[in-house]
Amino acid sequence: MRSLALNDDILLNIEKPARYIGGEVNSVMKDPEKVDIRFAMCFPDIYEIGMSHLGIQILYDMFNRREDTWCERVYSPWLDLDKVLREKKIPLFALESQDPIRDFDFLGITIQFEMCYTNILQILELSGIPLHASERTKDDPFVIGGGPCTYNPEPLAEFFDIFYIGEGETVYDELLDAYKEWKKSGKSRKEFLESAAQIEGLYVPAFYDPVYNGDGTLKSFTPNNLHAPSSVRKQVVMDVTDASYPMKPVVPFIKATQDRVVLEIQRGCIRGCRFCQAGMIYRPTRERNVNKLKEYARTMLKTTGHEEISLSSLSSSDYSELKELVTFLIDEFKGKGINISLPSLRIDAFSLDVMSRVQDIRKSSLTFAPEAGSQRMRNVINKGLTEEDILDGAGQAFEGGWSKVKLYFMLGLPTETEEDMREIARLSDRVARRYYEIPKEQRSGKCQITASSSFFVPKPFTPFQWASMCTAEEYMRRADIVKDEFQNQLNRKSLKYNWHDAQVTVLEGVMARGDRKVGKVVEEAYRLGCLFDSWTESFHNDLWMQAFENTGIDPNFYNLREREEDELFPWDFIDTGVTRKFLRREWENAIKETVTPNCRQQCSGCGAARFGGGVCCESKN
Amino acid sequence: MKARIKFRKYGALRFIGHLDVMRFFQKVMRRADIPIAFTGGYSPHMIMSFASPLGIGLSSDGEYFDIELTAPVSSSEAVRKMNEACVEGIEVLSFRQIPEEKKMTGMTILAAADYLVQPLEQRRILPEDWTARFEAFLAQPEIRIIKQTKRSEKEVDIRPMVYNWTVRDGAVYLQLAAGSSQNLKPDLVMEAFCRYLDPAADTSETSAVPEDFSYRRLEMYADAGTDTERKLVTLESLGTEIA
Repeated sequence: MRSLALNDDILLNIEKPARYIGGEVNSVMKDPEKVDIRFAMCFPDIYEIGMSHLGIQILYDMFNRREDTWCERVYSPWLDLDKVLREKKIPLFALESQDPIRDFDFLGITIQFEMCYTNILQILELSGIPLHASERTKDDPFVIGGGPCTYNPEPLAEFFDIFYIGEGETVYDELLDAYKEWKKSGKSRKEFLESAAQIEGLYVPAFYDPVYNGDGTLKSFTPNNLHAPSSVRKQVVMDVTDASYPMKPVVPFIKATQDRVVLEIQRGCIRGCRFCQAGMIYRPTRERNVNKLKEYARTMLKTTGHEEISLSSLSSSDYSELKELVTFLIDEFKGKGINISLPSLRIDAFSLDVMSRVQDIRKSSLTFAPEAGSQRMRNVINKGLTEEDILDGAGQAFEGGWSKVKLYFMLGLPTETEEDMREIARLSDRVARRYYEIPKEQRSGKCQITASSSFFVPKPFTPFQWASMCTAEEYMRRADIVKDEFQNQLNRKSLKYNWHDAQVTVLEGVMARGDRKVGKVVEEAYRLGCLFDSWTESFHNDLWMQAFENTGIDPNFYNLREREEDELFPWDFIDTGVTRKFLRREWENAIKETVTPNCRQQCSGCGAARFGGGVCCESKN
Repeated sequence: MKARIKFRKYGALRFIGHLDVMRFFQKVMRRADIPIAFTGGYSPHMIMSFASPLGIGLSSDGEYFDIELTAPVSSSEAVRKMNEACVEGIEVLSFRQIPEEKKMTGMTILAAADYLVQPLEQRRILPEDWTARFEAFLAQPEIRIIKQTKRSEKEVDIRPMVYNWTVRDGAVYLQLAAGSSQNLKPDLVMEAFCRYLDPAADTSETSAVPEDFSYRRLEMYADAGTDTERKLVTLESLGTEIA
């Protein structure tokens, strides 16, 4: 029988002990004596969040298919267990074997959002691994980072040995093979990193030196090691249909945030919204074959026993076989007590029909993401959705029996005027008006329009990477304007407005476009006690501000200046396929309020065609 | 057709709570292709009812739940298929057909449960002769304790709810009232015992506490007797093997 790293006394006195015991259905057990590589895969947040992440499930399955490798999982211990581990000096352990992480060969950390950076340091410290890569010895695991935030890894550069830039399915085998060879050879840690740096897509931060100008901007960023390339090329799986996919994902005992079978229908997005990093870095758009997806649905429902299945992708309505797939799922599984959870779809006759078949119309709500209130602003961000689309879609839905609508907006977008802000409230009101156009006897009471706004954070590798942000005070002033305008609306009693906090936005801005110097702030904030910063109850802005002060780093430098056209960015050494020239052209189009067609309408020459596949080659087939 | 499933819960799975065990078995049904019936309505759910929730941290050799089947399945095959779909820590012991009457299902007929209580290794605050003291403790005509409910606390005599007990090899076997009319948890008995040992005790540093014992449920029973005389039979024995 497996023995646990934590005794009964500890497990009975912490919240949700099931987070730490492993042993779930489809979790993989191997004999440690019979493998060459022990890989700990980490999502630096609590179990319920981490277990909902598809990427880890893909890599976990892919690594464990190798006979020489045992991949296990580890998540952030919640604050209660964090305290116990420190007090009792218990090293952080992996769920499967319950063995200490520090005895592993690799610790892989997926970095999905900026506000998890202090949690990464917690994982390292509780594992007993030196925080700085430079202080690690031959006895320490290699710490490797992946995920969207590694498109600007610089704020975390000192804490990682390697970053994997791009999609995980391509070069991990090469890295693991190189590791095995290195382990046998008895060579130094640095020598392994040198061989890793030669694998396409892998970035070894220690092999690069940033030099800064007097004003703090980056002057140069050059390799200091002969084995390190001057630019690191993002990894893309061109054949997503035949790419590795987990047929037996791990099924948690406790309810995870996503407790269902997930079918990833496509990667990438054809839309080209100018604020969206995912829409740029996952280019080109690649679809998975619909027959393959049907087969996956059958197999995965059987191997997991899940009672729900959902589709995952950006802009799911653009998947060309969507109709066929959704119809199949409903016909095949609805009668067997399986819920079909639909992604947010473009509202039209088809989507309303399928929605009415899988959800209770009275309870469910429609979602629109206009992102901006005015058409002018939507042109700036290249969001193709028009007011007519929204009102028509909402109208059809209202006539079909729906009465709840959710609208998502962003505030603080480049060039935003007061008029643009006020339009958020007015558009919401026009949606409500559309509802009340339906004769009283044909509608069921009041409608409920919920508008939410978040503050825009410019991200690397987007046309808005040059843009300036606002101060927290300015963000709140803008939210107040919107709030005020909601009070002036005719249907204000049917409207609800929620806005996000601005303090986190400011920090996200610094992390998203920060350079290596920002790492000092992350470390200082962690030392001051910051942890689980994405959780409202454990977020301490005052400690973060203290950390900026203690390290002498000014958050405004990163957020409040519009960057020069030719400024060298900390992330420029990464080659995503999408050219800086294209991004700049899109930035200029944004200022001119000019819309760029989507990838299926017309190629805009972003550069991703270089990968030779996906949507870039569709018309040529 | 109704079936009763008996299972064991041990090891790491002691830390999975009751609701999660229910969710676990719902998924087992799907993985094992057990022809379970669903309720009607907009969001159908499996017809499945558990006899009695088991507290977190406890192991058990006798957990039960009843299900409704849409097609017959043989006992041996159902046990085999379900165990293939289980993980270490949960083992299905039997799968038996039970009579159709409504009043025969799990919770409603539950009358008693057996527990094994053993002192944990790490703490030795218990007196050497604790088993002898325990016999004296239960020999009392009544044992009054303060029972906390959601709204208030009230004094109850738990002695009548201890149906049977044995002390053997440094461990205590308890047969306690269970079910919807009367229910006594073993840790409550041990709490009363600890207070009996040291009525003045106020900290767990100096005196024994219920957490110093491990608890294992061994079996659950229905009462097949009359109003005046109790006759306990295991829930399992009320079912018959399906060929």
